[in-house]
Amino acid sequence: MSAVHAAAGDSPALDIAAIRRDFPVLRRTVRGLPLAYLDNAASSQRPRAVIDAMSHYYENSHANVHRGVHTLSQEATDLFEGAREKVRRFINAKSTKEVVFVRGTTEAINLVAQSYGRPAFGPGDEILISWLEHHANIVPWQMLCQQTGATLKVAPIRQSGEVDYDAFAALLSPRTKLVALAHVSNALGTVIPVHRFIAAARALGVPVLLDGAQAVPHMKVDVQALDCDFYAFSGHKMCGPTGIGVLYGRESLLTAMPPWQGGGDMILAVSFAKTVYNGLPYKFEAGTPDIAGAIGLGAAIDYLESLGMERIAAAEHALLVYANERLATVPGLRFVGTAPDKAAVVSFTIDHVHPHDLGTILDHEGVAIRTGHHCAMPVMEFFGLPATARASFAFYNTRAEIDRLVAALHGAREMLG
Amino acid sequence: MDLKDLYRDVIVDHNRHPRNFREIPDADRRADGFNPLCGDKLTVFVKLDGDRISDLSFNGSGCAISVASASLLTESVKGKTIAEAEALFSQMHQLLTRDDDAIDVTALGKLGALSGVREFPARVKCASLCWHTLDAALHQQEQVSTE
Repeated sequence: MSAVHAAAGDSPALDIAAIRRDFPVLRRTVRGLPLAYLDNAASSQRPRAVIDAMSHYYENSHANVHRGVHTLSQEATDLFEGAREKVRRFINAKSTKEVVFVRGTTEAINLVAQSYGRPAFGPGDEILISWLEHHANIVPWQMLCQQTGATLKVAPIRQSGEVDYDAFAALLSPRTKLVALAHVSNALGTVIPVHRFIAAARALGVPVLLDGAQAVPHMKVDVQALDCDFYAFSGHKMCGPTGIGVLYGRESLLTAMPPWQGGGDMILAVSFAKTVYNGLPYKFEAGTPDIAGAIGLGAAIDYLESLGMERIAAAEHALLVYANERLATVPGLRFVGTAPDKAAVVSFTIDHVHPHDLGTILDHEGVAIRTGHHCAMPVMEFFGLPATARASFAFYNTRAEIDRLVAALHGAREMLG
Repeated sequence: MDLKDLYRDVIVDHNRHPRNFREIPDADRRADGFNPLCGDKLTVFVKLDGDRISDLSFNGSGCAISVASASLLTESVKGKTIAEAEALFSQMHQLLTRDDDAIDVTALGKLGALSGVREFPARVKCASLCWHTLDAALHQQEQVSTE
């Protein structure tokens, strides 16, 4: 993990060769060629430190948490709660009471819909989202609307893939009970200037949920500076394990919300006459949690912090700039989503070559990209496309991998174009 | 597994120039097929003369495998009876999913060009979408999805 070295001048850059050695999977081949993993927006890869932290826990300290007085239970509890503190510090929440472990971004949003929205919303109330959202930030709200009679409002986007702020502001009203927005678009990479959107919502006293699944892995996120009310993200997109994610919630809101699921760990006392719920954040963590997942997430945070989120963002931005330049040389390639502020995600189509065929042809060159609708079918519909190809980069990717992507695209055109 | 086993010349040709790629406005049967994984959408149109398929066409959008497969389907099935079409569907299903040589590929004519698909499990649904859609049309279901 000594992957930072001083480059020319006083701005230390990442030592990508050293970083790549931290990721065991990057050594493998696909169809006889070195893996070029360019599907990081779907899920990133894991460094050895994360895998080791989870193995070490299972080999040495596993027991259930918050229950036993024996040594292993105490060690497991300390590791689990230690991970929660790492998350708190990483996103600058005020308190670990505001850090709820969930399965992932999807579960976090469903929790807010069912616990915050369902008891409080009714006919005439509105939930405001954008056209850019991932299905995980659409469907839970549609379900909530069916349950409560509330209405879902959708702020439109522009051809560039930016959310139309004026249209969003015009849709905000006293009827709006919640705003739910992506921080970064998974399908297009657009970074939404959420400060503006949050300020407009707050001016009307409307709480804001941010879907941060694509933001947390790639930029410094400070929930207090953002002044959002809920923030959801997943471990597996930030070098952590699958099956673990986080819901940040403002303490005053979480306190007022009823539990979402009932069971062990979320109670203080149970009798058939009356059950007393546990305090935050345990009120929302019924049942044995993903202890190893949380510990792995904590290790992922340690790893990312050892590199530095600013350096990660700079490395990924350099890859984005290079990819845009090189991809522009491919005849018939059209970029989908051209916002000025983007994460390292490039969505595109190639004339006469369907994205699904691109996916297969690129796989034969060892290049892994995502093809399809990216769980954002309204975005595809907006652009009149059934699907796009999407290359998404992480700090461990290289220019050479982008060159291989571009070469494989030329090959695909020759084969099918 | 060579890419050329998947994208054979016949497939590439039928993708570039799909046959019977049109609507039949007075179709007796039609059905929409949808593959949510990749966004392929096909509509199959059937014109019947008794139990014989007198005309058959498709339109929509999809990957090279799904477009070529649909194009080859229309050429192969046109003129056949419903029972013959269903027997062919069953053979195609085996061709696309089975590892053994139970199917006589040469007897399938141009449809045999799709035999390479079974080496690419992620693409089997692309090739079979049109067949499921035809089956739905013949059974008067309006929609079919590969999921």
